[in-house]
Amino acid sequence: MEFIEVRNCYKVYKNGVTALADANLKITKGEFVFVIGPTASGKSTLLKLLYREEKPNKGNIYVGGVNVSKLRNSKVYKLRRKIGIVFQDFKLLPKLTVYENVAYPLESYGMKSSDIRKSVLKALERVGLKEKYRSFPHELSGGEQQRVCIARAIVNEPKLIICDEPTGNLDPDTSKEIMDVINAINKEMGATIVMATHDKEIVNRMKKRVVTIKDGVVVKDKMKGSYDNENIKNTKS
Amino acid sequence: MKILRILNRSIRDSFKSIFRNFSLSFASVSCTVITLILVAISIIASYNVTEITDKIERDLTVIVFIDNKTDQTGIDKIKNQIKNISNIDTKSIVFRSKEEIKETMGNENAELKSIMDTWEKDENPLQSTYILKVKDIKKIKETATSLKNIENVTLVKYGETMVERMVNVFDIVKKICIILVVALILVTAFLITNTIKITIFSRRNEINIMRLVGTSNTVIRLPFIFEGFLLGLIGSIIPILITIFGYTYLYDAMGGVVLSNLVELVTPSSIVYIASLIVLIVGSIVGMLGSALAVRKYLKV
Repeated sequence: MEFIEVRNCYKVYKNGVTALADANLKITKGEFVFVIGPTASGKSTLLKLLYREEKPNKGNIYVGGVNVSKLRNSKVYKLRRKIGIVFQDFKLLPKLTVYENVAYPLESYGMKSSDIRKSVLKALERVGLKEKYRSFPHELSGGEQQRVCIARAIVNEPKLIICDEPTGNLDPDTSKEIMDVINAINKEMGATIVMATHDKEIVNRMKKRVVTIKDGVVVKDKMKGSYDNENIKNTKS
Repeated sequence: MKILRILNRSIRDSFKSIFRNFSLSFASVSCTVITLILVAISIIASYNVTEITDKIERDLTVIVFIDNKTDQTGIDKIKNQIKNISNIDTKSIVFRSKEEIKETMGNENAELKSIMDTWEKDENPLQSTYILKVKDIKKIKETATSLKNIENVTLVKYGETMVERMVNVFDIVKKICIILVVALILVTAFLITNTIKITIFSRRNEINIMRLVGTSNTVIRLPFIFEGFLLGLIGSIIPILITIFGYTYLYDAMGGVVLSNLVELVTPSSIVYIASLIVLIVGSIVGMLGSALAVRKYLKV
């Protein structure tokens, strides 16, 4: 079995919107995968299924051998501890400092303070934000906030990092810096990266595996792919 | 060790959160203060009502009149028979001979004395009596009937209908008091829980982030529970001060009685500490449970 397997997944939201219809995907350990597609194509839903924010109506999802779709709500935290998640809107705790934000997951797992300190400083160093560990999120720029989010995602050294449009709120230069950080994490830490994005430039430059989703189905899956305008165009409109 | 670390961090986080969300904490505490003051007042009031009615009930006496033809052995026999009735408080039985009664009546009323002085030396139409108290005032009617049935007892007096009515009214008053206290505690619980819910609603985003980074539901809940506990504790300080000093002041100002000397208030030392303890427990436990319930909603359990 591959590291990540999505098998015949269907997802219909309560308001009747079909997000996924028979989606299939396999991802090997250590891979860097872009998930692209037009708005409302189901790429965000696919990512949410991976970290069990949503459950599929039908089909199974395996992450590291665990059937995520069968996971009970009270056990979800066990999965999340093995996954780092980077969000478009950063999702930092506004009342905590940078250090506290990055340390929070480890503290809640009950790790020793000295070990937490080491891990947090290492993670902050990796994203290049060690000097600002005492700042609060609102004192930072968008790019810096995203770095904090990445530091929090990698602080427990997960095998899988899920990025949901991490550059969606950032300007092109900052986006490039963020992508360099994520790319380095993929190479140095060996973490599998699954990233949903709209950023054509990034996808074309990185030359990684590209999975295209349209109307809830994987329509194209290409190694060293590029942003294909033909498939992105929304046929509905 | 791991559990201790998590507990330690939860307590630290709850203190941090109280200060960093100061306005929300203030709102919860104010609500707690107001409702707990009501609880304290109702506890003291109902305790006083219960004590006053109990006292009046305790003071109720039954008088048993003995036939004048009865000799000393007969009088002793009556006492033994009275003792055999289960509802009688045996320690309270007091014998008053007719000579004693004559003397007391004479001392109380000069006119009566002059009439009684006209009696022959051995002439005394008054009757010797036993004065006694009952254990359960509700059964006074049945007890009176059994007393009446004893040989050589001519009359049993206890106030009849007036007493029976009073006992009924007191019973209702006591029940209303208990219901009032329980209802107020429930209202307090509801109000505090709701206030905490509103304050936690504004932090649902925070809870969601905690879930996303892999914090278990229990660990998310802990700081909120400690926070609720602390807020309840803080919120009970003012009501406790009001209970202790307010009631002592009121007691002194009224001289320990209401309207007349018949109705005595409970001394502050015997009630304020118990009332304070109840307020403290209600405040902290309701705060804890309120928080736990309010967080539950956002944990999707």
